[in-house]
Amino acid sequence: MAAAAPRALGPLARREQRLAYALLAPTVGVVLLVVLAPLLANFWISAKPVRLEDLRPPQLFVNERLRGDIEAAGDVAAIEYRLRNSSRKDELRAARFTDVLPEEVEAVEVDGRCGLDGRRLACDLGTLAPGASFRLTVLFRALAAGRPDVRASAPAAAAEADSVLTSLEFSFANFQLLFSAHDFWEVLKVSFYYTVFGTAGALLLGLCAAQMLFKDFAGRGFLRGLFLFPYVAPVIAVAFAWVVLLDPFSGTVNAMLQRMGAVAEPVNFLGARYVELGFFGLAFDFPLALATVIAFEAWRYFPLSFLFILARMQALPASLYEAAEMDAATPLQQFWRIGMPQLAGILAVLFLLRFIWTFNKFDDIFLLTGGAAGTRTLTVNVYEQAFALSNLGAGAAVAVLIFVLLLGFSLVFIKYAPKDEG
Amino acid sequence: MRTALAAGTAALAGAGWGFLWTLALCLLYSMAAGVAVAPPLGPAAVAGAAASLACAWRWRWSRRARLALAAGIFAFTLLALNGGVFIDAPWRDTPLLRAAVVALVAWSAVATLSRLRLDAATRYQTEKTLLAFGKGGGLAVLTLLVALPFYVMVMTSLKSQQALLADPLDYSIDLGQAPAKLFVSYIELFTEYHFGTFLWNSLLVSVATVALTLAFAIPGAYAAARLRFRGQQVLTQSILLIYMIPAIVLVIPLYAVFSQLGLRNSLYGLLVVYPATTIPVALYMLQGYFRGLPAELEEAGLLDGLRRPGVIAKITLPLSLPALAAVGLYVFMIAWNEFLFAFMFLDDIEIFTLSRGVVSLNSSEVPRQHLMAAAVVATVPVLLLFLACERFLVTGLTAGGVKG
Repeated sequence: MAAAAPRALGPLARREQRLAYALLAPTVGVVLLVVLAPLLANFWISAKPVRLEDLRPPQLFVNERLRGDIEAAGDVAAIEYRLRNSSRKDELRAARFTDVLPEEVEAVEVDGRCGLDGRRLACDLGTLAPGASFRLTVLFRALAAGRPDVRASAPAAAAEADSVLTSLEFSFANFQLLFSAHDFWEVLKVSFYYTVFGTAGALLLGLCAAQMLFKDFAGRGFLRGLFLFPYVAPVIAVAFAWVVLLDPFSGTVNAMLQRMGAVAEPVNFLGARYVELGFFGLAFDFPLALATVIAFEAWRYFPLSFLFILARMQALPASLYEAAEMDAATPLQQFWRIGMPQLAGILAVLFLLRFIWTFNKFDDIFLLTGGAAGTRTLTVNVYEQAFALSNLGAGAAVAVLIFVLLLGFSLVFIKYAPKDEG
Repeated sequence: MRTALAAGTAALAGAGWGFLWTLALCLLYSMAAGVAVAPPLGPAAVAGAAASLACAWRWRWSRRARLALAAGIFAFTLLALNGGVFIDAPWRDTPLLRAAVVALVAWSAVATLSRLRLDAATRYQTEKTLLAFGKGGGLAVLTLLVALPFYVMVMTSLKSQQALLADPLDYSIDLGQAPAKLFVSYIELFTEYHFGTFLWNSLLVSVATVALTLAFAIPGAYAAARLRFRGQQVLTQSILLIYMIPAIVLVIPLYAVFSQLGLRNSLYGLLVVYPATTIPVALYMLQGYFRGLPAELEEAGLLDGLRRPGVIAKITLPLSLPALAAVGLYVFMIAWNEFLFAFMFLDDIEIFTLSRGVVSLNSSEVPRQHLMAAAVVATVPVLLLFLACERFLVTGLTAGGVKG
């Protein structure tokens, strides 16, 4: 690796360092702003009772209209301002607005809270209680016949309000809610199963595919391209294709199973939490929907492990196998004694990466089941809490938990990761 | 010992082959004819084992004689075990036809079986045989598993509602009908469901994301690969860690802030998020490639009076076109396929990307051939791009992607 920078830098080295920082600055800036800042913001949001609707800050609404008739110049009428605090929860402080009176009027009497400077009206309303709504009038004398257009200039309103997001009050309510939820352990367990079995399935399938496509045969290039399709295609396309395929009433899989007499009733692959399976007289509940989303995960991501394992296998010198062949090692011996040890490094790396990425996966489950039928992982729970139940704070609390768990995984992995394959 | 091993192998392989072969033929038949079929899998396995044993036992006979014997045993066992019926199908009452079908099944099953070399039963041969059998079967099954959802996607999109309801197992596509009828779902998508706009939006966002990502990542990757500065190690290590942060963790704060800034319901919002999340991986892949380039070329450029930006533009970049293409493609695919932020951020139909647009079709009011046609529209461009540049992408991914 690069030599450690010397303690005292010469002018050339200092220039090089300055250039490096300049080249890296935009990247670091963007990543800090859009990735790391939100990460920290999660901690902040998770400590606040903030809901989705709180994102719209409380505002002062001003609506003006003309009251009274004007038949000739000199008639007296009024401009009425209707004022309202948009929030039913928070008060508005230092609420104020300004407006410009039309040319054709001369103010006679102005509300006590307002001042007039030429044609410019400025009103100071002080504090408005939550949901407060009242009127304020300016009497005027018309300088000409006909209705003046009071709406020619729109009033400009301003106010200060506490936002839950920016206040300095914190609470652990969201975390209490999270940990005391009746399905908290269930969600954790589902995440764990999904991650472990999804990762293992994708790796195993990838390993098998790589073994089968290692030796050249007619159509190998075609199959290799085909096997990458699930990974390359957009998730929404393949997820919906699976949904259509597995549909209990019109899907082909169920039609086929029924025609072959394998099942009597259509199987709801993505909607049944448990099905009872008999195995040599032992009946047990099989988590069907979870198994289906795990199968989808393995199906969609095996191409990645397939690709890396195949690349590693092709990088091995053929002489290794030739020598084993000369020594009459059987194919399985060759696989276990030569192939696997060479693949151990890449398999370990793939396992770590896929483990974390599977743990992070949201789209797949969300599109297949929406987290129903016992498939709600932590990531789906973030969406569920924050957007389905409109509780942003609780969602952020789940996100914090995910981040902490990820940090834990990374520390473990960094400690035990094979150093050479990195 | 050897004989027992050989017999065991033969029986096992034969049973498996009989099972798979019968299953495959029955499936084919049921799809083609649309008739209820219950494949006799148990009897087929037993028959396969018996045929295979017979084949292996009489190895001194000619190949043809062995095959005939095995086929006969297969057919006899299957019929005997299954009450004289091969499969429950309309033609079972025509004895001649029945005999012909059973003979065909038996012959084809045994013909494939005869490739087994059980006469020379060493452990080496046994394993070779079983593995060859397993690889063949596995490859067939895996190919089917991978291809089936894609085929169903295309097939469903080209059918009418009536045809779909009439028979879910009818996998045929009637290519004879008028194109306007065949592609009616696609035509409706583009005329009534704004898919032209979605396609354009997706293209716009993806291309802009690639441009922005490369604009940020190229200088960064060059610095990380070529220049010496304090914090270099920390930087290269933290890049990968950042790539591990899931989008779902970022979505709540970004949603909150973008709502305030007016970036949420806009494509500009996506153009902030997409590059920011792809820059780290692009930088990582590129710096791996830059490190592999000979430094002497750049030093020569410096000596000839070029400044660093000139060196990057005139020497490094032209040399790394393959890597730039691979990274660009990879980023394009990420942006094109991205779902979460598009789903969370976009409300107005005129700025939907394809991902967002397809989800909006997932309701009971939209027929599912439209949904599948939409899935095809979203898939085809990215698959074509992938197929056109597969070589690039595969080497780029495996060289710079994960291998450190």
